[in-house]
Amino acid sequence: MDADSFQGTAPAGGTAVRLQTAEPRGQADTAPGYDPRLIEIEHFDFFYGPQQVLFDVNLTIPERHVTALIGPSGCGKTTLLRSLNRMNDLIEGAHHRGDIRIRGRSIFDPHLEVIALRKRIGMVFQKSNPFPKSIFENVVYPLRVAGVRQRAVLEEVAERSLRAAALWDEVKDRLHSSALGLSGGQQQRLCIARAIANQPEILLMDEPCSALDPVATARIEELILELKRQFTIVIVTHNMQQAARISDFTAFFYLGRLEEAGPTHKIFTSPKSKRTEDYVTGRFG
Amino acid sequence: MQGRGPWQERVRAPGEPWVWFTAVGLTVGLVMILGLLGLVLVQGLKAFWPRRVVEITLKADTSPQFRGSRVLAGERVLERRKRHPAVEVAGPSEDREWQLFLGNKDVYGQAFRFVDVADVERVRMPSGLLRLERTEYGPLLAYPVALESPGAEPLPAEHPAFLATLQQRIEEAHQRRGEIRRLEKKEIGELNRQLEKLHWRLRALERRQAGGGDVSAELAGIRQRQRELEAAYETLAARARELRAAQERDRLVCRLPTGEEHRVPVGRLLSFYAPNDLGWFGRLQVFATRLREFLTQEPREANTEGGIFPAIFGTFVMTVLMSLAVTPLGVVAALYLREYARQGWLTRAVRIAVNNLAGVPSIVFGVFGLGFFVYVLGGQVDRLFFAERLPTPTFGTGGLLWASLTLALMTVPVVIVATEEALAAVPRSTREGSLACGASQWQTIQRVVLPAAAPGILTGLILAMARGAGEVAPLMLVGVVKLAPELPINTTFPYVHLDQKFMHLGFHIYDLGFQSPDSDAAQPMVFATTLFLLALVVVLNLTAIGLRNHLRRKYASGAF
Repeated sequence: MDADSFQGTAPAGGTAVRLQTAEPRGQADTAPGYDPRLIEIEHFDFFYGPQQVLFDVNLTIPERHVTALIGPSGCGKTTLLRSLNRMNDLIEGAHHRGDIRIRGRSIFDPHLEVIALRKRIGMVFQKSNPFPKSIFENVVYPLRVAGVRQRAVLEEVAERSLRAAALWDEVKDRLHSSALGLSGGQQQRLCIARAIANQPEILLMDEPCSALDPVATARIEELILELKRQFTIVIVTHNMQQAARISDFTAFFYLGRLEEAGPTHKIFTSPKSKRTEDYVTGRFG
Repeated sequence: MQGRGPWQERVRAPGEPWVWFTAVGLTVGLVMILGLLGLVLVQGLKAFWPRRVVEITLKADTSPQFRGSRVLAGERVLERRKRHPAVEVAGPSEDREWQLFLGNKDVYGQAFRFVDVADVERVRMPSGLLRLERTEYGPLLAYPVALESPGAEPLPAEHPAFLATLQQRIEEAHQRRGEIRRLEKKEIGELNRQLEKLHWRLRALERRQAGGGDVSAELAGIRQRQRELEAAYETLAARARELRAAQERDRLVCRLPTGEEHRVPVGRLLSFYAPNDLGWFGRLQVFATRLREFLTQEPREANTEGGIFPAIFGTFVMTVLMSLAVTPLGVVAALYLREYARQGWLTRAVRIAVNNLAGVPSIVFGVFGLGFFVYVLGGQVDRLFFAERLPTPTFGTGGLLWASLTLALMTVPVVIVATEEALAAVPRSTREGSLACGASQWQTIQRVVLPAAAPGILTGLILAMARGAGEVAPLMLVGVVKLAPELPINTTFPYVHLDQKFMHLGFHIYDLGFQSPDSDAAQPMVFATTLFLLALVVVLNLTAIGLRNHLRRKYASGAF
């Protein structure tokens, strides 16, 4: 997709806290009637033991758009991303204040099973992490752990997910060979296929292209633009161009605080904050 | 030209001598290991190679005679410097003595003898001499004279068909021996088992009778059945006696090298060959036959003759059972320690304790196995399930099951440590990937972590097997015996006898080398048994390594 034309027609308006948007170009890409407040983050503080890494973050993320989280290293953007599917639960001593709601329901609700939450949220990691299994078994893993056994269903899901991840043509003849034999870019697309296999609502991506060469990066970016028709995508990236090319909204973090958030073209062309301007223009970071 | 520039300057890399030092260390280790393996291999295989038999004539005047004869014959086992050289002996070549294997232990009383080289007048390799394997007293080295059969003319050794006839008679005797064995072990054994069962039922009924119950009809039925079985036993025993008598009928007359005439029933002969008349190929054939018999036959004569098959089988079954016990136990323990337990001072302490457990002397595990498994667990099992057999213990005595469990306990630290390392090597990102897919922690462990750690777990199992298969000391307390009447897995119901005592190659080595009445005779067997214990461990390890490589290929990952 042409990054400039996309930016040129990106929506205007929006506030730092609540991202308002008009339909971007090509309404067919994004179905009408989306929920602009799919994810609501309110007064969110996060601590690793005694050390606070997120300070009073307030942000809403709309449905079926790409939201990029940017900022210099150590600014807390990955921590925020990992809080959305409670991956930070695994870290000893981690705790939080404030709330995150998805479709109005708190993800910290004690009655909410964290497994059920993660089934609704796919995640793609910085470094591709295929399991030591066949390509097929990797893709259908979320269904396997959910107890799906019917061969026909699994095969259908595998093909659909691999097609959606633009990997089907490359691997359809060797679905049952090891996933670890794929190239780095293929492995990352396999992880995307796995993340979307169980039809999640939200797709979290933690610097999905940082370990890839430019060609593989371009393919993943194309893929993200395809996927946002179906999924709400939250992506952490260090690459300013990438954020500009693929995201509809951008949130800039600095030292654990949300510095500025809004439609991507505004953040990149007329940021309110001096720091944002310095960062997106490459003066620091 | 000018002086040397910076690139031409010769610089001595610091620490260069250390490279040599480390290389020397490795070389010393390798040489010692290869030397040991080479010794075991050469000596082990030499035990099966047919030696030539030399006939020695002693000097008439000086030397002490052997059993009133100046001539003796035997296999020259070794030549060595004399332990107590006589004062008058001068030349270095006369300062030596030979150890001869004479055989004929029943006549001579000893199978080995040292001969002073200085006393030897003449050495020759006599043709026509036979080496006959017997069921008792070890081999016979003698010249055949005739074959006697009752009611027939003796067949002289000069007759062209003599050796063929002898061979045929030996084969007939072999068949009779098999028949006797079948009668006694299988048919009479089956009768004995039925009688034993009746005996237990009788005892149970007697107890009921003592309690006031009326069981006279049942008692009569059992007594009747007992009488029938005893009659059947008599028939079989008579048949066995008949066969035994037939074994003693034909006799081989032979002349010993020292001149005595000796008669041996053909039924006690197993095989023969003429060591001095064999060509290279013939000796190879004898070598192959003896090797095969060693591997497939049961031991004879207090284990100093015959084969080691029951010991190989016992070692194999015990090691497999041990592996089956130790793998789940070790893996489950390591899983909890690494994946579930909160990492704190307690887990650290447990980890140190597990490591130290690997350093506990194996005999201590043997004592524990005897006290806990045999007396406590086994005794309880007997009281609950085999009460009618008491006071004769069933599981309350050493046996295959308790030995395997004892060794499993001894090797479990190895598996725990290896499994923990394998689990720790599974990258965090892989676990997170699984959890992010909505898998529970157990699903993550079961579907992703364990398969990825499987090659490392198998490495632990390989180490455990290598340690367990060669262990002897604890086994002596919990179930190994010098001679087991039956294999632990056989055709008698329930086929796998976990309560049975068994034979083990390691214990066999100890028994042959240090407990046998004639350690000289047992020495080749010790080397051969050691060779096959090593071979068994290597085969078991290769199997596990093959499995591990298969798993690695399956996951195509070089991370382990």
